[in-house]
Amino acid sequence: MATTETNAPKLNADSNQPPQPILPARQNGRWSGYRHLLWARILELKREPEVVFWVFIFPLLLAAGLGIAFRNKPADITSVVVIDGAGAQKTLAMLQSASVKNSAVRATVLDRAAALKAFHFGKFDLAIESNPDGSYTYYYDPARPESVLSRAEIDASLQSAAGRKDALTTSAQSSSEPGSRYIDFLIPGLLGMNLMNSGMWGVGFALVEMRQRKLLKRFVATPMRRSDFLLALTSSRLILMVIEVGLLLSFGVLVFHMPLQGSIVSVILLGSLGAVTFGGVGLLTACRAQKIESVSGLINVVMMPMWIFSGVFFSYDRFPAIAHPFIKALPLTALNDALRATIIEGASLGSQSGRLLVLAIWGGVSFILALRWFRWT
Amino acid sequence: MGSPIECTNLRKTYDGKVEAVRGLSLRIEAGECFGLLGPNGAGKTTTIEILEGLLAPTSGEVRIFGHTWADNPRQLREWIGISLQETRLSEKLRVRETIELFASFYREPCSTADILEELQLTDKSDAWVGKLSGGQKQRLAVSTALVGKPRILFLDEPTTGLDPQSRRQLWDIIRVFQQKGGTVLLTTHYMDEAERLCDRLAIVDHGEIIAEGTPSDLIDRLGGHHVVEFQVSKEASTNGNGDSNNADLERWRSLPSVESVRREDSTVCLSVREPHLTIPALLDAVTNHGHHLEHLSTRQASLEDVFVLLTGRHLRED
Repeated sequence: MATTETNAPKLNADSNQPPQPILPARQNGRWSGYRHLLWARILELKREPEVVFWVFIFPLLLAAGLGIAFRNKPADITSVVVIDGAGAQKTLAMLQSASVKNSAVRATVLDRAAALKAFHFGKFDLAIESNPDGSYTYYYDPARPESVLSRAEIDASLQSAAGRKDALTTSAQSSSEPGSRYIDFLIPGLLGMNLMNSGMWGVGFALVEMRQRKLLKRFVATPMRRSDFLLALTSSRLILMVIEVGLLLSFGVLVFHMPLQGSIVSVILLGSLGAVTFGGVGLLTACRAQKIESVSGLINVVMMPMWIFSGVFFSYDRFPAIAHPFIKALPLTALNDALRATIIEGASLGSQSGRLLVLAIWGGVSFILALRWFRWT
Repeated sequence: MGSPIECTNLRKTYDGKVEAVRGLSLRIEAGECFGLLGPNGAGKTTTIEILEGLLAPTSGEVRIFGHTWADNPRQLREWIGISLQETRLSEKLRVRETIELFASFYREPCSTADILEELQLTDKSDAWVGKLSGGQKQRLAVSTALVGKPRILFLDEPTTGLDPQSRRQLWDIIRVFQQKGGTVLLTTHYMDEAERLCDRLAIVDHGEIIAEGTPSDLIDRLGGHHVVEFQVSKEASTNGNGDSNNADLERWRSLPSVESVRREDSTVCLSVREPHLTIPALLDAVTNHGHHLEHLSTRQASLEDVFVLLTGRHLRED
């Protein structure tokens, strides 16, 4: 955030006190074009409500929504249904006596048809039927982890309530500290995704829009340095990045008590690298497109694989191991992994040179190709 | 230092097929307002964008004050001001911010206050560009061209789509620039604009210059400065085929003081030196041939007549 504070007053000074000529001839310095381009870009962004919403508000809403939906429940409550019959009440009593010392079990008694229907719809993790001969039948779904877990837990409870003695004495220590929860996994992923989104749209889309409006052509018809224009676009991304990252991180820390193990400087450096990398990819995506419709499609095609594979909402470990080298070569994967390692584990940047290299290569190659192919008109 | 704008044998072929400009040469002198007049699609915009260094010609050479665009593009850009045919400036910037942005690209620009004053935008200096009227937007576009104190002003169709009052305002601005010693190159398909504003002009059609000169020189080529237009109805309907039409035209051509004749639908247009000699003879001829005169008017010849004479088409054919 320190960077924002130092930048903002300088820019304000530019806008509030336009260089008033004291002498009739007004002279512009080397960086006058760059400063005005940057300031114009920031004014435009500030005055575009959609930008404010998508860049700043939307990620916070997403984090809040997902954080609440996937918050860790106080204790995993196993919800089971007991099929009504001769042994039903006895089963219920056994479960309740067992549940006192075990984890919470919420058991409901329903008739056979209703119980099985509710189980199939996922309302219960397990259905228990006591047979006339005193044995039990469990109905469970092997594809649902909570159902599998529930079967094991209920079986243990019933066995021990029926008198089974444990052969080993065990004890367990609970561990659900900040840092290991879903929200802690999610926020760095959202940071990475947001850097990708705003880099691709903020650079790629904005450029094609200016090209379509013939504004790029109008700019190159002046003595404006083309490098100043691209530099100003990149700088505006970096300034925006500091605000984006700052907001989302503060939100995670203040609302969800997310731990910030690594240094804020490392996070900002990573954010800068990410913003510049995706700015480069955005520039490449937009280097020749003439219409905003075509660049919108291109941007989505570029981003879609990374939304899915790069571990924004869930770990890419769920994909087959053979795909991992490819997934890790994606820039968003490198950025997300690096952000997670820095924020959650407190890893230093020096220990993540591989990921930084992936980002730098994507950014560098994109910039070089984009500048070679770029069309101003 | 060479002439402000000079080009020789410019050609531009798009995709190896469409020939937009086909061997065009021009020389524009300092302080001149030069017009490229032609219908839509004649190659005016392609030509002006090549001269502005925004398009590379397929062949041919451009010199601005004796320099080619490859020599020192940045210096040339300091010397010229451009208004493109269509630029949508950022709608969320204010008028003043837009002018200052463009001013920041030049080494020694005008003061923003002066340019606002000159372009009659002072009242609107804090308005968002998106809220301006068409005429105000166009004046802003021209002010972004003038803010760098250019020596040459390039204007591509500066008044297309504007109301008459906005057009006149813009003409005044162009004249003021010219009076201060600036050189202007503009394209237009409005003949009245070309006639009033341009010292010299080139009529462009199919990528070539088909006539060049001062507006009055070009009108002189018609032979007469007046146009007599009339319609006749015929009682005996022996006419109607091409031969007798041509015979008719020959008859009108033989009237006194007539320089040229053409037919547009049912109207006959005579280019005439001295209408007071032609009209009495015309009336006699009509009566003698048993025709009725249904319509008769005379007017000053215009560049439109020149264009029609040269191409057989009108400038604006929708």
